[in-house]
Amino acid sequence: MVPMEMQIAASRVLPTSGLGADFWATQGQNLLMAGIAIVVFIAIVLLIMYGADLVKGRGRDKVTLIVLIAPVLLLLGIGLVYPALSTTWLSFNDVSNEADPDTGIYTTVMQFVGLDNYRFAFTDPSTLRTVINTFVWMVLVPLLSTGFGLAYAVFIDRAKGEKVLKSLVFMPMAISLVGASVIWGNIMYDYNQVGEQTGMLNALRSLVGLEPYNFLTDNPWNTFWLIIILVWIQTGFAMVILSAAIKGVPVEMNEAASLDGANAWQRFWSITIPSIRSTIVVVLTTITIMALKVYDIVRTVTQGRDGTDVVANRMYVLSFVEGREPLGAALAVILFVFVIPIVIYNVRSLNKVKENH
Amino acid sequence: MKRRSVGLVAVAAISGLLIAGCSSSDDPETTPSADGGATSDGGGATMAAGCEDYGDYGTFDGAAVELYGTISGVEAEQLTESLVPFEECTGVAVTYNGSDEFETEINIRVEGGNAPDLAIIPQPGLLQRVVGTGAVVPAPDAVSANVDEFWSPDWKNYGTVGTTFYASPLMASVKGWVWYSPTEFAENGYEVPTTWDELMDLTATMADNGGPGPNYKPWCIGFESGTATGWSGTDWIEDLVLRQAGPDAYDAWVAGDLDFTSPEITQAFESFGDVALNADYVNGGLGDSASIVDTAFQEAGLEILNGSCSLHHQASFYEAQWPEGTTVAEDGDIWAFLTPNVNADDPAAVTGGGEFVAAFNDKPETVALQTFLSSDTWANERVSIGGVISANKGLDPANASSPIGQASIEILQGEDTIFRFDASDLMPAVVGASSFWTGMNDYVSGTPLNTVLTDIENSWP
Repeated sequence: MVPMEMQIAASRVLPTSGLGADFWATQGQNLLMAGIAIVVFIAIVLLIMYGADLVKGRGRDKVTLIVLIAPVLLLLGIGLVYPALSTTWLSFNDVSNEADPDTGIYTTVMQFVGLDNYRFAFTDPSTLRTVINTFVWMVLVPLLSTGFGLAYAVFIDRAKGEKVLKSLVFMPMAISLVGASVIWGNIMYDYNQVGEQTGMLNALRSLVGLEPYNFLTDNPWNTFWLIIILVWIQTGFAMVILSAAIKGVPVEMNEAASLDGANAWQRFWSITIPSIRSTIVVVLTTITIMALKVYDIVRTVTQGRDGTDVVANRMYVLSFVEGREPLGAALAVILFVFVIPIVIYNVRSLNKVKENH
Repeated sequence: MKRRSVGLVAVAAISGLLIAGCSSSDDPETTPSADGGATSDGGGATMAAGCEDYGDYGTFDGAAVELYGTISGVEAEQLTESLVPFEECTGVAVTYNGSDEFETEINIRVEGGNAPDLAIIPQPGLLQRVVGTGAVVPAPDAVSANVDEFWSPDWKNYGTVGTTFYASPLMASVKGWVWYSPTEFAENGYEVPTTWDELMDLTATMADNGGPGPNYKPWCIGFESGTATGWSGTDWIEDLVLRQAGPDAYDAWVAGDLDFTSPEITQAFESFGDVALNADYVNGGLGDSASIVDTAFQEAGLEILNGSCSLHHQASFYEAQWPEGTTVAEDGDIWAFLTPNVNADDPAAVTGGGEFVAAFNDKPETVALQTFLSSDTWANERVSIGGVISANKGLDPANASSPIGQASIEILQGEDTIFRFDASDLMPAVVGASSFWTGMNDYVSGTPLNTVLTDIENSWP
């Protein structure tokens, strides 16, 4: 299990030319040009702003609006809308390269194939498995992280040392997904068939006399062990947001309820939960989107072996490793379709939370 | 909106500059020796001393050539060093740029009209794709003549796409070594096997005798290699197919004409399975077959030093994996024999890898450098610096920096040696860089052979 070493080996090697003593001699001019270009750019932006400000009268608001919004729309168009449309179009096509028998030069043929690529996604067993796995991630990660986060937030609410307790759970948020995957994959889950157990969990198991267990190859439970990694990271996020929401619940309501004889459990279900309902929804949907996009964990820990693959990783492999872009595009669109309703729901709930405050 | 677009142009210009700053070749630093004289006779100074071999390439005033490839780190420095005499004698300033995103970037650079002059392409499959863009020019006559003189037809064939010869071979590597401990062999009276059957007999003897290390088994195997896990298993199959079924079947297999489910390929998998699926034979110091996929390919062979296994199948690069203080020599701590043939008198057959130099224009300085790189002068220059070998027949094996390098060169130069490129590198990526690897992992993890072979075959586009 050495994904680390592989990453180091695969990490980008900086160009060696130009980093020596003659760096300034050779690159100084380029940097100067870059500096000038930045200054010119800022000057032009200021000029446009100033020009827009000069417009008086009825058109003023419209001109300001256009000047401010046009660059955003343009960049969104180039960076988001166009690629999305072109990916969708690609997913309905088949691309093949025909090599010239003599010179080997390709003629690229793009052919409309309708839903064939989607049919592949739902009939090819290993790809279908990635769709199912992604669904499992999408359901389990938000439920578990929000559940743990909520429970923790309630238990430590107004407890002694609340801040310290909170930061303990929040800290994993600061670790990158790849970092967390290395921690869990190499330190926690590591397994040796014979000899000393170097993985922490297996070392603990052998300490209490249990057989070592190969967490990462035990299909289908290995997906669950991977999900734990994301839950570990996301619980802190859920906890912090929910804790803030709990603090927003009026103390009077709880006091009135306890005067009426409601116990803690009843107060939790009848007062706290309904009061923070919209926040819970936002947390759930945010984490769901996060879980749908999961790629780093699978790529780092198992590379999708033993039935752990997810759509995002499979999409990358199909498009960029195997060179089957149309199939990768189809998976990208499937992922997109999964995410869209959740994003819409998330935005609407977010607006509701804002209205309430 | 008009001004806005000026702003955007500025943004584009900045990013363009930044990119240019990263990739542009520097101004030629070495001032070309603009003496004009074709060769060194007139000069007589120190520089002329080494220039006898460079006369044919001509001299250029202020010409610059960009060489682009995947080689990085120390190897890149060594490559640059090997070109210094050429630069000094011809006046061509060569800039080498290495990138491990070569495969995607070469397409971007070709489409952006910024193709390098020459590219070092690490495998024939990629060469085909780069040639497919239409940007590569056929190899000039001088290069073609050099390759005819210094390389076997097998190698020239790998630089050919369609019927056009494009790219000259550069460096090479030999796969299929079986690493062992000569001391252990001597102590136990083991002989280096000359046929596959002898190898299996030796394995059985070793399993009976046992060894000093914990959990001793004759073989140790490791497949784990991050996203490429399983590739070292494909090397086994390739070696076996080439030796059992012969080069013609091997070529048909690579081309997709011989199915994975055919008797030839099935036999190779079964022979590998005789070792890898036998709990008495694997996996020394590590467990049984199930531990193969979990074990890093760099680490498995080190069990030989612990006395937990005796044999490890891996390419010549494994020489660099042995810890410091290990003597790699025929009478040292560690040495290797080539995976044996089926019959002792079969011609030597090896699998391996290599690089190819393709040109994107036919400027005279580009032609000069490409010709130089295909010459025996360069091969000797580069191999003397260390770390690599070449299949160039004009290369003196004594120049190699290590005994295993010398042995590899001798094998590659052998008159009857059949050389075949690593098959998984030649197959379509969906097989060679994906399903063949996962198939190997599944096979050693206990999936029935029929299922494994059908799965790989079905993935063939």
